Amino acid sequence: MAFLEIKDLHVRVAAPGGRDILKGVNLTINAGEVHAIMGKNGSGKSTLVQALAGRETYEVTRGTVTYDGKDLLDLSAEERAREGVFLAFQYPVEIPGVSTDYFLKAAVNAARKHRGEPEMDSVAFLKLIREKMALLKMDPSFMKRAINEGFSGGEKKRNEIFQMAVCNPRLALMDETDSGLDIDALKVVANGASSLRGPGRAIIIVTHYQRLLNYIEPDFVHVMLDGRIAKSGDKNLALELEERGYDFVERQVAAGV
Amino acid sequence: MPTAETEIETLANREYKWGFISDIEADSAPPGLNEEVIRFISHKKDEPSWMLEWRLKAYRQWLTMTEPHWAMVHHPPIDYQATIYYSAPKTKKKSFDEVDPELLKVYEKLGVPMNERAALLGVEQPNIAVDAVFDSVSVATTFKKTLGDMGILFCSFSEAVREHPDLVRKYMGSVVPYSDNYFATLNSAVFTDGSFCYIPKGVKCPMELSTYFRINAKNTGQFERTLIIADEGASVSYLEGCTAPMRDENQLHAAVVELIAMDNASIKYSTVQNWYPGDKEGKGGIYNFVTKRGKCLGRASKISWTQVETGSAITWKYPSCILQGDDSIGEFYSVALTNHRQQADTGTKMIHIGKNTRSTIVSKGISAGFGQNCYRGQVKILKGATNSRNYTQCDSLLLGDKCGAHTVPYIEVRNTSSRAEHEASTSKIGEDQLFYCKSRGISLEDAISMIVSGFCKEVFRELPMEFAVEARKLLGVSLEGSVG
Repeated sequence: MAFLEIKDLHVRVAAPGGRDILKGVNLTINAGEVHAIMGKNGSGKSTLVQALAGRETYEVTRGTVTYDGKDLLDLSAEERAREGVFLAFQYPVEIPGVSTDYFLKAAVNAARKHRGEPEMDSVAFLKLIREKMALLKMDPSFMKRAINEGFSGGEKKRNEIFQMAVCNPRLALMDETDSGLDIDALKVVANGASSLRGPGRAIIIVTHYQRLLNYIEPDFVHVMLDGRIAKSGDKNLALELEERGYDFVERQVAAGV
Repeated sequence: MPTAETEIETLANREYKWGFISDIEADSAPPGLNEEVIRFISHKKDEPSWMLEWRLKAYRQWLTMTEPHWAMVHHPPIDYQATIYYSAPKTKKKSFDEVDPELLKVYEKLGVPMNERAALLGVEQPNIAVDAVFDSVSVATTFKKTLGDMGILFCSFSEAVREHPDLVRKYMGSVVPYSDNYFATLNSAVFTDGSFCYIPKGVKCPMELSTYFRINAKNTGQFERTLIIADEGASVSYLEGCTAPMRDENQLHAAVVELIAMDNASIKYSTVQNWYPGDKEGKGGIYNFVTKRGKCLGRASKISWTQVETGSAITWKYPSCILQGDDSIGEFYSVALTNHRQQADTGTKMIHIGKNTRSTIVSKGISAGFGQNCYRGQVKILKGATNSRNYTQCDSLLLGDKCGAHTVPYIEVRNTSSRAEHEASTSKIGEDQLFYCKSRGISLEDAISMIVSGFCKEVFRELPMEFAVEARKLLGVSLEGSVG
């Protein structure tokens, strides 16, 4: 069985008269793979990863998602996280007064408790975050600052990948992590994300641009168009998109290719 | 599918767990208020005649006053003749060892440390001395001897009236006059018990002093009075906690607290107020009409109020500082939470009289359910208070869309060398913040208590450590059920 199997997924905005966004997404991801999802604004890329993470502002109206043999849609957002799903946010949220280390420790221990493991002691936790801070080239002062409060756009994105590295997920969902990053930060962030690549896990990268994929080479690239995956290919598809724009996919779909 | 709004609402709906009623036989006055009742109280307390005279003077003044209605709170008319003004547990104690074990059990159940012996035997370090007030009387005061050896007086107010009349006569009413306001005047007439504390010159009180107030008897008002005096160079940290049983009727609590700080003295007064807030529909709960005021009488003296107000159906409370001595400092740190139908109108007054006086106000209001939370604060810098400064920060956090937050600041600066700053913000716990926490595996309840604690951080860090832990838990519990 595939590690992640998405079948005919339909998602709409969870509000009376909410708009349909995903209109039948099919995607199979095996353990060890990295998939990139590209597409224009409004094509449904971000909705897909947020729905996979369990955001309640989106309502699944049809379809199934199987994750590691479990019905993912049956789990709450926090249960999914404890089962190893991690969403790196496109717009990380500020939580005033809550320090990053306190927040992360709560996250790490929630997952450990779920697995029936004892809480991580402070020494082990400190060692873990120091290691991951070095990986992401972060200043230790970040830990004592309130989560994302007063962080620059780039710092927020870096903090997301740092949290991802600490949480050590099995399914990493990166929602436009590259936007707003300069080239040096992009390398650091990509390097951090790549460290999660390995057997038994998978990464989905949502991006507009090909440049992040220079640093994390995807096994597959998918193009989303109007709530569906319109075209799939290998890393060369990303290069082709960079060169020809998304219009050619639209034309191909219109022509029934 | 549940939305963040409905989830927050459910979290705010958990139960009040201090609501138990203890079956303790009481000796009470008949309901109602008249000079006879006041004489009865005074007689029960074995008071000297000057005390009775003072009470009667206040009562006659009170008869000429009307209940204030300027606060942003609404309640049906209070029947002052239906309230019982005195209720005391029947057993009479002589020393700590003779305190009714049933009463000690009540405090044990509430988590109040009453075990003096364990500390004396060296099992644990004594770090907190407690005066326990049950309905109208103080039932036990711990560590009196340890403190007494240092010259610190810490006892019930009734005892102070008998044992230290000179100090009481000199300072009682010197900060909150008997004619101050409707509720303070009522208190002056009928006050029953509370704590008295005097720290002599140069003494730093080695442990936290604490009073734990418990209302138990039905239809009974609690009218406590606390007086704390820190003499030159002295310092003290004082804590106050309160709970009451769940009852359908509203109960009246009108307290007066007076603090006096001499030259270079400092008083830190912390409150965790958790009176019964009433049920979800707003039935029952305590009417908490309290006058708290401190006077920085000496130069370079300091008074700091920290309050965490989570209980009561109605809170009407403005712990204030009169900064009379030059270079004196006043502080007010407040967290006020209103859930369900609770209403709070709370804040402070900082009256700058001396030169180079400084005041800081940090107010955090949290509203959930149908709760209404109003910050009302006055900063007054008089003409002679040159080079004075005030900084006010006033933040509101809304949970859900049926609650309210209001801010009513009054700022008056009468000279040109002083400065007053006021910052205010209003925010809402958003779906995005909750989802962010949940996407990291943190449960909804933990997420809300984390966000709320973060919001209150600047106030919590002012609390003594054990109290801060308690306050954090209490906020969590008070919001329980506002989500789900």
